[in-house]
Amino acid sequence: MTVQSPVHTAPAAAGGGSRPKKSKSWLATVPLLAFVVLVFGVPLVIILGGTFTREGTLSAANVTDSLQGAYLTALLGSVKLSALVAVVGALLGTFLAQAVVTSRFRLLREAVLTASGVLSNFGGIPLAFAWIATLGNSGVVTSALGLDSAGWSLYNFWGLTLVYLYFSIPLMVVVVVPALDGLRPQWREAAQNNGANTWQYWRHVGIPVLTPTLLGGVVLLFGGAFAAYATAAAMVGGTVPLVTLQIANALSGNVLIGHENVALALSLDMIVVAGLVMAVYLPLQRRSARWLR
Amino acid sequence: MNGAKVELRGLRRNFSGTTALDGLDLTIEPGELIALLGPSGCGKTTALRCVAGFEQPDEGAVLIDGADITRVPANRRDAGMVFQSYSLFPNLSIRDNVAFGLRVRKVAAAKRHARAQELLELIGLPQIGERYPHQLSGGQQQRVALARALALEPRVLLLDEPLSALDAKVRVTLREEIRRLQLSLGITTIFVTHDQEEALSMADRVAVLRAGRLEQVADPATLYDRPTTAFVAEFVGTMNRIPGKLSGRTVTVLGQDLPVEGDVPATSDVEVLVRPETVIVTPDPSSEAMILVSSFRGSTSRLRVQLGDLEMLADVPGHDTVRLAPGTRVRVELVERPVLVSASSDVAAAVPVSEHDVV
Ligand SMILES: Nc1ncnc2c1ncn2[C@@H]1O[C@H](COP(=O)(O)OP(=O)(O)OP(=O)(O)O)[C@@H](O)[C@H]1O
Ligand SMILES: [Mg+2]
Repeated sequence: MTVQSPVHTAPAAAGGGSRPKKSKSWLATVPLLAFVVLVFGVPLVIILGGTFTREGTLSAANVTDSLQGAYLTALLGSVKLSALVAVVGALLGTFLAQAVVTSRFRLLREAVLTASGVLSNFGGIPLAFAWIATLGNSGVVTSALGLDSAGWSLYNFWGLTLVYLYFSIPLMVVVVVPALDGLRPQWREAAQNNGANTWQYWRHVGIPVLTPTLLGGVVLLFGGAFAAYATAAAMVGGTVPLVTLQIANALSGNVLIGHENVALALSLDMIVVAGLVMAVYLPLQRRSARWLR
Repeated sequence: MNGAKVELRGLRRNFSGTTALDGLDLTIEPGELIALLGPSGCGKTTALRCVAGFEQPDEGAVLIDGADITRVPANRRDAGMVFQSYSLFPNLSIRDNVAFGLRVRKVAAAKRHARAQELLELIGLPQIGERYPHQLSGGQQQRVALARALALEPRVLLLDEPLSALDAKVRVTLREEIRRLQLSLGITTIFVTHDQEEALSMADRVAVLRAGRLEQVADPATLYDRPTTAFVAEFVGTMNRIPGKLSGRTVTVLGQDLPVEGDVPATSDVEVLVRPETVIVTPDPSSEAMILVSSFRGSTSRLRVQLGDLEMLADVPGHDTVRLAPGTRVRVELVERPVLVSASSDVAAAVPVSEHDVV
């Protein structure tokens, strides 16, 4: 990199008097930067500061604790649940979206899209209550079908997966429908015209074109499930180990004296997990979308 | 000869109420380039899609070299198709687009890349194999689409208005190129267009469609000079409609008696169809008629002449333009040759005299 291009040396040769004028356009980003500092910067500083202090002295004990025993179980439980919800939700959401997009009934399409828009924002206590009333231990459906005697319980890992899918699938539908609409009928016909069958069309054209969107959807679903708290708290309390539940637990003082900052360490762990997900996602995204640039 | 013979027999297709094809019969000879011409909605695309296999006719059959392929699925037909626009696979490089059909057929990578390169050279774009479709201009994209359609060496080539999304200049060069390629490959080609100039300049024969039926099929010169129906006469080229009186097979128009060819309507009040280039205009200060507008086109000038209530178009040699300026009184005559006539009420049959490119 020692070879300098003549373009760069030219101004210097000319006397160096005319530096390019500094643009003031960065000023427009000041409000955004202020927002970012307030909303992300300040909490991050607090988290970092708290994580690495115990009883007033600098220490890594919080981090070590957060990666042991019940805390580690909770963290892994969250990752497992979120990954399952993300993958299953993305698959089912995509198939549902494809069914809707190819349907000849306009009304069905409108209905599903509207419902998806609403349901994808359904969460928290109301969602938990809706499920408890329907499929809880004495829920309407549970009683009507006698599911409790068949060993059914909503208050475990699988029950939670089901409830999370309830808002994740609609979210995936909302995300992929525009992408599916963007698949031009000419592509399919051109593929057929070149001898491809339906599977070959999807394998070589349809799925690759959708991949950037699908990956984005998976990450979105993962994030949504990973960060969810209220629904899980209302439904399972402490019976399913989840990192958000553990954080709440620790924050409300349910820890050994002096270990309050473990909650902050757990938050940091969550940030790291999110970072790892992005570290996998971004290169994949870049690779799958290279034809867009 | 690499081309196949294509026969459309009594094709009929209904779309919930609208009849797209209403018994279309057409035979395309091996190696021929035929243009399907007609107003919007007359069924050109539907006919082409029946040949490609994307559309199933309700009745009738499509035959390739005598074999009925009506029920053969699209991906097993021996016809390459170029779509109107945006049909290249966006996620594949140009080379992979062209080689797509070979990949589907599991041809080895080296071999299909070589073939793709060959085709890219054929269309005059040997250097763009690594690029992606969105990095090409519209004209380049259509060339690549053509290369892709030719990759499997089909014996029939189908083009559905492949040039309509391009600007005029690219359109002309590209259509010449398509024609050159088509001739050198000897591939039977069906070219859908609603641009009559495109049809007349490229095709061996032009088939004019009207409401899902074949109106006339003939070579360009015959179609222009000897249209068999008023519809064709008006759709292809520009036509004046001048009132006349019919008696037997002679019509009296502008004081001249001219022989009539083609169908003769039952009424005696008819309109005579006259091409602008068969109208003779000479300066005559004592005449009623007057030139309203003159537009110079190089070798010819098109005049709009007022004659009583009537306005008509006349093409005169370019060098006469000076004598025939707007405001000049002129005498109008018709060249003595057989003319087509239609009943006066038949005006809705085709486009009116006011052609789009007229001053
Ligand atoms: N998939 C379809 N569903 C319903 N109607 C259709 C369909 N395809 C074509 N039609 C109708 O059939 C008729 C013929 O259509 P077609 O596309 O063949 O016309 P065209 O000659 O290609 O016209 P253009 O020059 O506008 O492309 C039209 O009235 C059109 O509305
Ligand atoms: Mg069409």
